[in-house]
Amino acid sequence: MKKWIALVALIGVFSIMTAACGSDDETSSFKQCEAGETDGDLAFYNWTEYMDPDLITAFQDEYGVTVTEDFYPSNEEMVAKVQVGNSGYDMVVPSDYMVSILIEEGLIQPVQEAAVPNKGNVDALFANPPYDPGAEYSAAYQWGTTGIGIDIGVTGADIPHTWGLLFDADLAEQYGLSGKISLLDDPRETMGAALKYLGYSLNSTSDDELAEAEAVIKDAVSRVAAFDSDQYSELVVSGETIVGHGYSGNFLWDFEEGESEYDYFVPEEGGTVWVDNMAVVSDAPHPCTAFTFMNFLLDAENGAQLTNFNWYASPNGAAVPFIDQEVLDNPIIYPPDQSKLEYIADTGDFEINFTDSLTRARS
Amino acid sequence: MKRVATPGLETQAVKEKARQGFLIGLPSIVYLIIFFIIPLGYVIAYSFATRSRSGRTELRDWNVDAYVRLGEDVVQAVAWRSLWIAALTTVICLLLAYPLAFYISTRRPVIRNLLLVGIMIPFWSNFLIRTYAWRVLLSSDGLFTKVVEGLGLGDGRILFTRPAVILGLVYGYLPFMVLPLYASIDRIDWSLVEGARDLYASGWKAFRRIVWPLSRPGVIAGSILVFVPSFGAYVTPAILGGNKESLMGSYIVDQFMDARNGPLGSSLSVLVLGVMLIGTMIYFRQGGRNL
Amino acid sequence: MNKGAALSTAEPKGASRWALRMHSLLIYVFFYAPIVVLVVYSFNDAQLVGDWRGFSLGWYEAFLDNDNIQESIWISVKVCVASTVISVVLGTMAALSLERFRWWGQKAFDAVLYLPIIIPDVTMAVMMLAFFNETSQLLNLIPGVDLSSGLEKLVFAHVAFNISFVSVVVRARLANLDATMEEAASDLYANRWQTFRRVTLPQIMPGIIGGALLAITLSLDDVVVSSFVASVGGTPISVYVFGLARKGVTPLINAVSVVMLSASMLLILASLGFQRATQFAREEK
Repeated sequence: MKKWIALVALIGVFSIMTAACGSDDETSSFKQCEAGETDGDLAFYNWTEYMDPDLITAFQDEYGVTVTEDFYPSNEEMVAKVQVGNSGYDMVVPSDYMVSILIEEGLIQPVQEAAVPNKGNVDALFANPPYDPGAEYSAAYQWGTTGIGIDIGVTGADIPHTWGLLFDADLAEQYGLSGKISLLDDPRETMGAALKYLGYSLNSTSDDELAEAEAVIKDAVSRVAAFDSDQYSELVVSGETIVGHGYSGNFLWDFEEGESEYDYFVPEEGGTVWVDNMAVVSDAPHPCTAFTFMNFLLDAENGAQLTNFNWYASPNGAAVPFIDQEVLDNPIIYPPDQSKLEYIADTGDFEINFTDSLTRARS
Repeated sequence: MKRVATPGLETQAVKEKARQGFLIGLPSIVYLIIFFIIPLGYVIAYSFATRSRSGRTELRDWNVDAYVRLGEDVVQAVAWRSLWIAALTTVICLLLAYPLAFYISTRRPVIRNLLLVGIMIPFWSNFLIRTYAWRVLLSSDGLFTKVVEGLGLGDGRILFTRPAVILGLVYGYLPFMVLPLYASIDRIDWSLVEGARDLYASGWKAFRRIVWPLSRPGVIAGSILVFVPSFGAYVTPAILGGNKESLMGSYIVDQFMDARNGPLGSSLSVLVLGVMLIGTMIYFRQGGRNL
Repeated sequence: MNKGAALSTAEPKGASRWALRMHSLLIYVFFYAPIVVLVVYSFNDAQLVGDWRGFSLGWYEAFLDNDNIQESIWISVKVCVASTVISVVLGTMAALSLERFRWWGQKAFDAVLYLPIIIPDVTMAVMMLAFFNETSQLLNLIPGVDLSSGLEKLVFAHVAFNISFVSVVVRARLANLDATMEEAASDLYANRWQTFRRVTLPQIMPGIIGGALLAITLSLDDVVVSSFVASVGGTPISVYVFGLARKGVTPLINAVSVVMLSASMLLILASLGFQRATQFAREEK
């Protein structure tokens, strides 16, 4: 029994210790870098299968450094790692709302314009994003939308472009979608789609609006096959589902494989647009190499090569002439009407309500 | 065996032996304190901490909000559902594993080893890949579906339903039931059973009176090893169940990875640990503590 | 060990015997069904796993071309070997300490040793995340420890759960052994170390091997804890595959899995062969 008391005491001591040193003062001034400067090998933390390996090789050859690339499946997981401090990573690729969180947390450092002369290549649309005013801390990497992918071989091409395909009982009846629907397993995206369906902003912080959206999902659960953030496009292509909620590029990749006719669209009520951004970690061991790499990727031809590789849209204005015409002409990659698209913004304390709502809706 | 010695020397020898035992255990004690007890302490500390606006867990403004939330209906529903699914998985595993373990232990040594290694081999591939392979088998035109329907057993499409989740869990954790069961059944002295049979006990009676009690340590060990991961599982329910029902594992991960709500995620973790502790303690009370 | 005679009566006769055989056969079918799917579809000439388009070795070529995957596999192997060795040594010592000695505070240690077993992966992962979150700076001060490489963190975390599993398996073996042999040895004036090496160790070897196999399996198969802990240059294959699966399950993943499966089967066969060889050698003496 005494051992246990000792253990409890030990735990107490430790918590006090950390509480005491929990408030690190942040007085660091960042190391200044010049264009083309390298200060060691690069540790690049990126989404899986998002980077053309040839570009990495080209960068290594040009600057004589080695690039280590690690991968994460979600923004939150990346933050969890970077937050630890001394993560060893130099550059990360957070999505929009996560950029603002990283800035608030002091986890990424301002982009040194002197070291990144190509930053001017970023299209005006992405030069002043709401999540990072003035793009002070980040440079856009790739962008895309969240919408609906559907097997029109089954439903026919003449379908209403609405979120109702996912949520509405009558439409499900009409097109035989019941049990053949997948929704993203992501509180912000899934609740966001329901909010958009109801005509609200997907960044709504109104309890009533969120409760309405919860009711929409709850009603739809019986017709949903799966909540899935990974395989939604494969499910459509393999015929397991007919309609899926997901990201543009993934659908596009998998539609190539299917035997039926497919379509992807952002519903008329509007949907999510997301931008993934390059950012240099505050305690990056090799910030100069990181900025040089950022500059390298913002180069017109390199930016085009990236888009030709991963089929997501390039925010790099200067790259457009080098992008394959079939990519530029593809309305899924470059949606013609971007007026109804909305960024997901960090809602601070309200954030936990999205997760709670989704949990309640499906249980 | 008793040595004749003066009481003083005797106690000294006992003390010396205790010291040696402690020293042999010391490396693991130190290791577990640093890499298990202290981390556990942090989770407990987190559960009383505060979520900052940007989702960082800050060790200040200590409060019990995260524990108050454990009383909410959602949490209760998630917890009971997870308990039920884990219990069902454990029972199914036990029913499937017992005869198999018995069968294996009655084989010749060479075949026995082959059968045991044969249970392990599938688990040397990757867990996720195995689970995705089940998804292929269970899909509408998958082999499983066709076999079930071919045998006239009704609708075989169970992908994205609770039965699929349980099937996946049983698949994943069955070896953890078979191995300890095998270990304890293998130890049984069969001459006892033979003796009972000679005394005209029926096969069933011999089993109930002799084999079952002797194999109980294995049953307990196996049940714990199956129940615990089933209760916290989150990959299998996502891939095979389509995540339509919130379960404990995914609920905790959601707190950390979506809501970035460290305090609630931590209090849920503490709850889970508490349930496990109480469960195992009851179990041990019932059947001795020999895992 | 006159087991053979008794065994014949243990096995039921007639119909129930066949039922038992069928049952066991079906369970092995159950175990191997997904493995067969996995192997077959690794030769699939298509982008998607579930959709058969003809035979191809293309995914194996892709595997050979993919440095990231090979790198990840090496990381997994390194972590697995290091964590298994450490946890086997520590776990065996813990088992001995608990089973062969009596000392103050033993009960508490015993209880703590069970905790990593009864704690779900997710909780363990969260604990490790919080721990490294708060103490990585402190730990880096220890000479020879550099957590930024990621490998050490993985090894630390894997050992933390493997110690317990190893010690449970070894203890089960120790508990079954008669301590009289050891006592006899020590009465013959062998010192403790000699007694351990010559008498105890050979007898508990099956337990140690079993524990090691379990540790290897748990380390290689762990996704949850590893994905919370992994960092720079330290993505093990299970975590890499987890990420890959999110971008679509291509047969590449199957090919990777088949390669790992074959390698580990070869390893098992080799170790079984080695065991038999040493057994023969011992018997001949």
